[in-house]
Parts: sequence; C-alpha cells; structure tokens
Amino acid sequence: MSSIEIRLSGSGGQGLILAGIILAEAAILDGKNSVQSQSYGPEARGGSSKAEIIISDEYITYPKVLKPDILLTLAPSAYLWYKNDMKENGIIIIDESIIPNDEDAQKVIRLPIIKTAQEVIGRAFVANIISLGVIAELTNVVTKESLERAVLNRVPPGTEEINKRALTEGYNLVKMRGSEIWQKQMI
Amino acid sequence: MMPTVLMQGNEAVVEGAINAGLKFYAGYPITPSTEIAELCAEKLPFVGGKFIQMEDEIASMAAVIGASLTGLKAMTATSGPGFSLKQENIGFAAMAEIPCVIVDVQRMGPSTGMPTSPAQGDVMQSRWGTHGDHPIIVLSPSSVKEAYYITIQAFNLSEKYRTPVILLMDEVIGHLREAVNLDEYKDVEIFERPMPQDKENYLPYQYIENGVAPLAPFGKGFRFHVTGLAHNEKGLPTNDPKVTEKLIKRLIGKIENNKKDIVMFEEKDTEGGDILLISFGSSARACEAAMQELKKEGIKVGLFKPITIWPFPDKKLREIYPRFKKVFVVEMNTGQLYYEVDRIIKGNTYVGKINKFNGEFFTPFDIVEKIKESF
Repeated sequence: MSSIEIRLSGSGGQGLILAGIILAEAAILDGKNSVQSQSYGPEARGGSSKAEIIISDEYITYPKVLKPDILLTLAPSAYLWYKNDMKENGIIIIDESIIPNDEDAQKVIRLPIIKTAQEVIGRAFVANIISLGVIAELTNVVTKESLERAVLNRVPPGTEEINKRALTEGYNLVKMRGSEIWQKQMI
Repeated sequence: MMPTVLMQGNEAVVEGAINAGLKFYAGYPITPSTEIAELCAEKLPFVGGKFIQMEDEIASMAAVIGASLTGLKAMTATSGPGFSLKQENIGFAAMAEIPCVIVDVQRMGPSTGMPTSPAQGDVMQSRWGTHGDHPIIVLSPSSVKEAYYITIQAFNLSEKYRTPVILLMDEVIGHLREAVNLDEYKDVEIFERPMPQDKENYLPYQYIENGVAPLAPFGKGFRFHVTGLAHNEKGLPTNDPKVTEKLIKRLIGKIENNKKDIVMFEEKDTEGGDILLISFGSSARACEAAMQELKKEGIKVGLFKPITIWPFPDKKLREIYPRFKKVFVVEMNTGQLYYEVDRIIKGNTYVGKINKFNGEFFTPFDIVEKIKESF
C-alpha cells in the first residue's frame, strides 16, 4: 500500500468528521501514517459535511484528498457532488436511501447503513460507526482490532456496547452481500 | 517515549504554548481559530493558568498585554477580522516592549470573507498592520508538528526580544489533523524572562544596543511607567527628538540586527536547477507535492520555505536564487510575499507569481500547470 485516499460525506450532524478522526487514529494504531481534514459550511447541522483521510506507509506531503480510492456517502447531494471525482476503479459506497443514476447503478455499493442504525441498533447516530465497519470489512484499509480500539477511545462513556454492535453490523452488511459486491468490483 | 497521536494544528499550538510556559489566554472565539480558545479554556487551569473570554477582540489583546506586564507568558488567537481589531494594541505592545504571542489563523478575506475557507492574505498586515515604524516577528508553520515547535519558538523570541510575535497560521494547517510524535522536542530550550536586580535605579527602557533591558513584573517593587507615547529610558513620555530617535533605532535594531538568531527557514533541492519555488505555510506542502510531479518530467525544482516570514530570510535567499533560472512565489493571496522576494532579487532573475484566492487550497496540479506554462 502506498497511499489510500478516503472521503466520507453527508450532512452535518451525521458524525462523519468523528468517523474520519477514528479511521485516521485506527491507521496510527496499525503503525501507519495518516492525516485527516474536513470541510463544512458555517452551519453546525444540516449543511453538507466532508471528512477526508489519507493513510500511507510514508510521510504524507500533500494533506488533502485529490482523487479518492474510497467514497462513502450518506446524503444524496453529497453523492451527486463527489461521485465523478474518483480514482479509476475507486469504490463508491452509498446509503440505500440514495438512488443512483442508471449508469452508476451497476458499480456503486448500496447498503442500508442509516436503516440498520435506526432499526437494528435503534440509534440513528451510530450510522457513522456502521460506515466504518463497512469500510473495514470491504477494504481492509485498517485492521478490525485497531478500528475497534480507535472507536472505543473516542465514543462517549456508556455507549461502548452500542458502538461495538454498530461495527459488527457494518461488517455483516458487507458479508451478507459478499458475492454481489465482489461481482460489482469486477465490472 | 511518547506515543504517536493524531493531533490538530490548532491543538498543537496550545500544546506548544503550554510547554513554553503559557499562563494566560484571553480571546474572543472566531473561526478558524476557535479550537485554540476552547483547548486553552480546558487545559490552562490544570497548569495554574487562567483563561478568560473577553467582550471583544480589542479587549482580549489589552488583557494579554496586562497579563504579560505582571510577568506571565500570554497569548491570544484570532483570524483576519479580529486581527484587524487587535492592531492598535499590537502597536502598543511593540512600542512598550511587552512580550506576547498573537495567533492569526488566516481565512479568506477581506473583511469577514469566507469564515471556513483558507487563505494567506494577512502576510503584509502581519508586518505593517499597526501604524508607525515598529519591530515585529512573524512565524508561519506548514505542518502540525511544526506548529508545535514554532509556537514554542514564538514564545522564546517574544520573551527574549520583548516584542509581540505573530504566529501566522492558515486554515489548512489550523484544522488539519496529522499523526505526530513530539518526542524529539522534549528537550527544546524554553527561554524564561530575566528578572532585573536593582529596584532603585531600574530602567525598563535602558539603551542597550540591539537589545532589551529585563522587564520587571508589576507588583514586585519596581516603579516604572508604561506608555504608547515616545518615552525615555524610565518609560516617561518625551518630545525630545534625540531620545525618540534613539528609541526607534533600538526598537528596529533589536530585531534587524539579530536576524541570525531570529530567522528560521527550510530548503529542499536548492543545489540548483530550473525553478526555485518560494512558499510558506500550507502552500509549501502543495509545492513539495508539485516538485515530485515535475521531477518525474525531468524539471529540476527547488523549494525555499521561510518559517520566519518577518524579518524575511533575505541573506539566505540571496545565496540560493542565483542557482536557478526562474523564481516563483507560491501563496494563497494575489501576491504579497512576492513583493519582498522581488525587492531582494531586484530583477536579477525572473520572479513570477503563482496565486490562489478563491477560498480553495492549492492542488499540486495548480502549481505544475503554471510552471509548465512558463517554459
């Protein structure tokens, strides 16, 4: 692995900047180098929000993401905004609530991230942690051990169990759809 | 051995400041510097320090000056609009020779501009924002790790030369989180303000060529006067042209004649070649990435990165630039440091500008493209 660029995008309040911080910290626990940056509008909630992470074995000279290897998005506007800005063969993961264009439908990986947070865990706010589980299971960009430690280092006391479950649900979302996802990546 | 941690640029400023001995912070929150205030509020009480949120930017600067006069290392942080408001009191600190550190995390201007977007438009303001001929030191870091180290140096220089020091950050570095290990800085020297001895004959503004007298803390029995008016060695106001000229010469000289001690810079591949890039802060990171691209195409590019922006490392630049065919100054403004570089090179070599001023950070390709166009 030389350098992997990851972009997490959605609306403000979905916790994707925290997810970006956790992912960067998990990479450090794996002994890798990482940087994390973000952009957001002036409003605290509801505006568009973007967290970017670069993970590398070497010093990261340019600190911002240029062409992501991985894009995960939980909001339709963010999907339209960023989908054409990918590295060739980059992986796009979108929430089930987003309807992809016909030409993209074959290659995007569409998973019920928000629904799983709401209905399986019963807490909408863990959609960000489920997202991290999805990324780890799908790409191995960080180890599951480091990811779990990084999550537990950052989440508020008393929410450890819920967040651990959220990670597992994230892994499972990918495992359950394994063959379908594998086929998409071949396209 | 300290572990490697993910740290934000603004956080590194606070860690560096506390390591340097920060004991007083006054400020008024403003994006993109707010994390500095938040973390000072959180951390200062644990090291016996005080945090105060003042009613506005002007009062924050005044409080910092007052705290420093009692002997405490003091800091404030702001961004463009607040930096403008602080200028009058920064001038007072420069004239009355009161050590203090002012962090300006630059955002897109002018005026309130774009609060969450990066820029480097305060280069000239950091030098000449307050009126009159005055000394100033301005430092600009280009990574989170450097932000930590440079903040410590900002305090050291401020105390050593009794001058306000501006830490000129930008939004990219302020908000960037990077994996850092601060182990290598654990033995960095911290400069402590010397205590004067003779209470009877204390001269807070004694004429010391290229230097400063020790500053006595208020409340320790040293009687002296502090004013923004031109003053004599006791600190009392004067209209005497001779006394005033001597004062101004010393104020300017203590920085200009100690450049060797004050000036910090970095250079990369400056042995010679086609293009010399001159850049600072976050823009220097985009330059380094552009250099890697250009190298692949056989174009030889060097980078000169001043860390001390003011006084500018002119001696070093004079040594380096003749080794290159062309020079480009790369900055997120319409061209400010460019004027200083142009002044130094005096038309001996072509000096071009590569600028960005739309609220977006440079990409390496912005720079690669401009350089290729120049051939």
